[in-house]
Amino acid sequence: MFMTEADGVLPPSQEEAEGHALVNLSRRDFLAGVSAGALVIGFALRSGHALGDATAGGLKNVGGGDATPSLFIAIESDGRIILTCHRSEMGQQVWTSMAQIIADELEADWDRVEIVQAVGHPRYGDQNTDGSRSVRRNFHRLRVAGAAMRAMLERAAAEQWGVDAADCHGEQNTVEGPGGRRAGYGELAAAAAGQSIPAESEVGLKDRARWRYIGKEIPSLTVPRIVRGQGTFGIDVQLPDMLVAVIARPPQVFGSVRTLDDKATLAVPGVVRIVRLPTLQPPAAFKALGGVAVVAEDTWAAIQGRNALKVEWEAGPNADYDSQPFAETMMKTARQRGDVRRDRGDVYTALGAADKRIEAEYYVPHLSQSPMEPPAATARWRAGKVECWACVQAPQAARSAVAEACGVPEDDVTINVTWLGGAFGRKSKPDFVVEAALVARALKRPVKVTWTREDEVRHGYYHSVSAQRLEGGLDAEGRCTAFLHRTVFPPIPSTFQAGLDRPSWGELRLGATDNPFAVPNLRLESGDAPAHVRIGWLRSVANIYHAFAIQSFAAELAHAAGRDQKDYLLELIGAPRHVDPREEGAEYDNYGDPMADYPIDTARLANVVREAASMAGWGRELQKGRGLGIAAHRSFLSYVATVVEVEVDESGRLAIPGVWSAIDAGTVVNTRHVTAQTEGGTLYGLSNALYGAITASDGAIEQANFPDWRLMRIDEAPRDMQVKIVESNAPPGGVGEPPTPPAAPALTNAIFAATGLRVRRLPIFTTGEQDRLPIDGLS
Amino acid sequence: MAIKLTVNGARHELEVEEGTPLLWVLRDRLGMIGTKYGCGIAQCGACTVHIDGQPKRSCTTPVESVGEAEITTIEGVRGQVADAVRTAWQDVDVPQCGYCQSGQIMSAISLLQSTPDPGDADIDQGMSGNICRCATYIRIRHAIKNAAKAMKS
Repeated sequence: MFMTEADGVLPPSQEEAEGHALVNLSRRDFLAGVSAGALVIGFALRSGHALGDATAGGLKNVGGGDATPSLFIAIESDGRIILTCHRSEMGQQVWTSMAQIIADELEADWDRVEIVQAVGHPRYGDQNTDGSRSVRRNFHRLRVAGAAMRAMLERAAAEQWGVDAADCHGEQNTVEGPGGRRAGYGELAAAAAGQSIPAESEVGLKDRARWRYIGKEIPSLTVPRIVRGQGTFGIDVQLPDMLVAVIARPPQVFGSVRTLDDKATLAVPGVVRIVRLPTLQPPAAFKALGGVAVVAEDTWAAIQGRNALKVEWEAGPNADYDSQPFAETMMKTARQRGDVRRDRGDVYTALGAADKRIEAEYYVPHLSQSPMEPPAATARWRAGKVECWACVQAPQAARSAVAEACGVPEDDVTINVTWLGGAFGRKSKPDFVVEAALVARALKRPVKVTWTREDEVRHGYYHSVSAQRLEGGLDAEGRCTAFLHRTVFPPIPSTFQAGLDRPSWGELRLGATDNPFAVPNLRLESGDAPAHVRIGWLRSVANIYHAFAIQSFAAELAHAAGRDQKDYLLELIGAPRHVDPREEGAEYDNYGDPMADYPIDTARLANVVREAASMAGWGRELQKGRGLGIAAHRSFLSYVATVVEVEVDESGRLAIPGVWSAIDAGTVVNTRHVTAQTEGGTLYGLSNALYGAITASDGAIEQANFPDWRLMRIDEAPRDMQVKIVESNAPPGGVGEPPTPPAAPALTNAIFAATGLRVRRLPIFTTGEQDRLPIDGLS
Repeated sequence: MAIKLTVNGARHELEVEEGTPLLWVLRDRLGMIGTKYGCGIAQCGACTVHIDGQPKRSCTTPVESVGEAEITTIEGVRGQVADAVRTAWQDVDVPQCGYCQSGQIMSAISLLQSTPDPGDADIDQGMSGNICRCATYIRIRHAIKNAAKAMKS
């Protein structure tokens, strides 16, 4: 069941008409329909009075935030368990994992669990569903909420029965007491609502051995609906009297309309009117890009209307951005000494004294997140307040951005979160929600802004382009004595503060400052690069290019030393120990979590290397043209090692017969979906490495749709992939992003092993040319 | 222009602009949102429907070209093959975000209808028109093979 939480009522959707499921039913209507005696303290809490007050206090500030049960749990008199998911569902199965955590401690009957998607509101704490942190930041908090709710049910039963609460135990939606007494959660709901919330110290969390749902392979709560075409994504929202807008945006960021002729547009049947959007002023942040919205009765009329629009654009300050010369300029920067961001020993002296010196330069282009559902948002104004429905990762950021752009208080903005048809970082930038709010206000009617694929590819928040130079020194035995890493890229903060061009510590910590290698002399330097497009985060962010460079270079050092890639990588990782980059001058925040809980643990990194190698049969005899490559990387507090096998024929044609990944994400909630994320995250990385390149010419993006912005298809995907989840009692790490960084270097290391061709510049294949590696036959 | 459409067995009479892609008639006019927009140029397969049992990209199919043919969408596709595919898809949780999966499932049903026991090359051929950015390809391949096995028994 999918219900939006806010007041607005959407029209019956197709599935409701067919009687499948409750969709888009408003929270208030839903609650009004709940039978008397239901435990709906969540509602009262939201209203800020009455029932809610009885339940306030207690658990406002447990590890991870507010664990007040009513924030997440409502129990109906018929025993249904309604859980509010405050994180956005975008395919990572967060509905399922959040529900598993709560339901386990609550001892809910899984078959009675239903999900309500939360609106964007600070009461939930952080809702920005990125950074691979839904489980790691909410695990304890949601366990406490579930256990506290169970304790309240047990106390309510004890009161009714006149027995000691310690003798009452909630199990599978029923409280059992002395003498065979039993009462269902539904029957106890009203009485439980009157119980005070226990303190954290009074809440007994289950022992790991007694977990019923956590750590298990629980099927997805969304998939049964997906296979029937049900579920509401952002682009699917329909309101009564709604219009659809498609927007012509300036080709260059900070460009503007010079001349506009809308005569042909307004003649297109179905087009209602056009709306000029304000010209974007720096910084870009989450503001609308500007341009001209074509508003029509339906999507096709809006698209046709935009096609008929005659606009001449003022190119603005980014008109000189050309990817080719920019790449050369960045690489020149990388050849000079930069700002020291971490320093161990004396790398330059050690390089000078080395028996052998290896240098390599790596380049990774801009990428687009390209979720299959492009950005889409619907807005409706009523009495000066705006309600939005959108596929957003960060509904609170959307709320702030809409409030700022429209000059209204945040309390007058409601953001309903739909399902997200993929996101990968794009949908944590709510510029498209701002557009919908602005256009709907101008029309005085509900408006859905739909981005076409061309819009998504040409007007993104791009993964940053990067140039890196690595230098290594080997001693007479081939041991690495010096490791110099220089990284140059336009930083993400430039999107939020115009003119920033220095790589931020927040990006360097993603795979660069946290380099775990045990070499005596190690230095990280950064070089500046200005941004000419909106730079944003994409699944695993700077880890992509940092892991590509470091893990490729590790294999290059191994080759120079005449050693096996995997053995040499283990030697670089070194003895089991905890690495703290702060001791070597680095600004480092460990993904916002304490080093004590989540150390950089080289034993765990080495372990996944051994596991992946063992799964792949590392060292086995390979046919001619085949090769294995390995890469390992810690990101988002988890450890992943990946082995890729490639097969290359005489003509340079590439196939990927197998991939093996080992992931150590600490405690995992759902083994099936961690495996699926490891598969998907790895293939996402392989797709980008094989084909991904967004380029600019005269400041405008050259790609437009899937022929020229190419994504991996099934015939290009690995034929098979095996995943091993390392069993661990460590606290949960991230899962959605960590599989991506090692994918590209494992692939290029495999290509080197198979052919001797070292790929240092991504993507591997140039779109529009034949997919052939430039090899001269097979040796 | 006035047209008549048969979608999942139901007759619809409506007024449309000539050349409107079937996709937008399904979604915006009939409210059948299970069929998805992904690219608009028949490159990604998210909009796949069956027209007289054959897979078609509805984003580039002018609605008037359908004529009297039967349109089947993800909401209405039924039968032994559809059941086997849906079951196989659920058994291993193929979908992640699910957005492309309407199209994936419609293509998989077509593949299994014409090739009940597909090998890897058949799967490549039958499914390479459908892009999945979550990259669920490993599970799509397994699920199609599982569905084929289930259909045999």
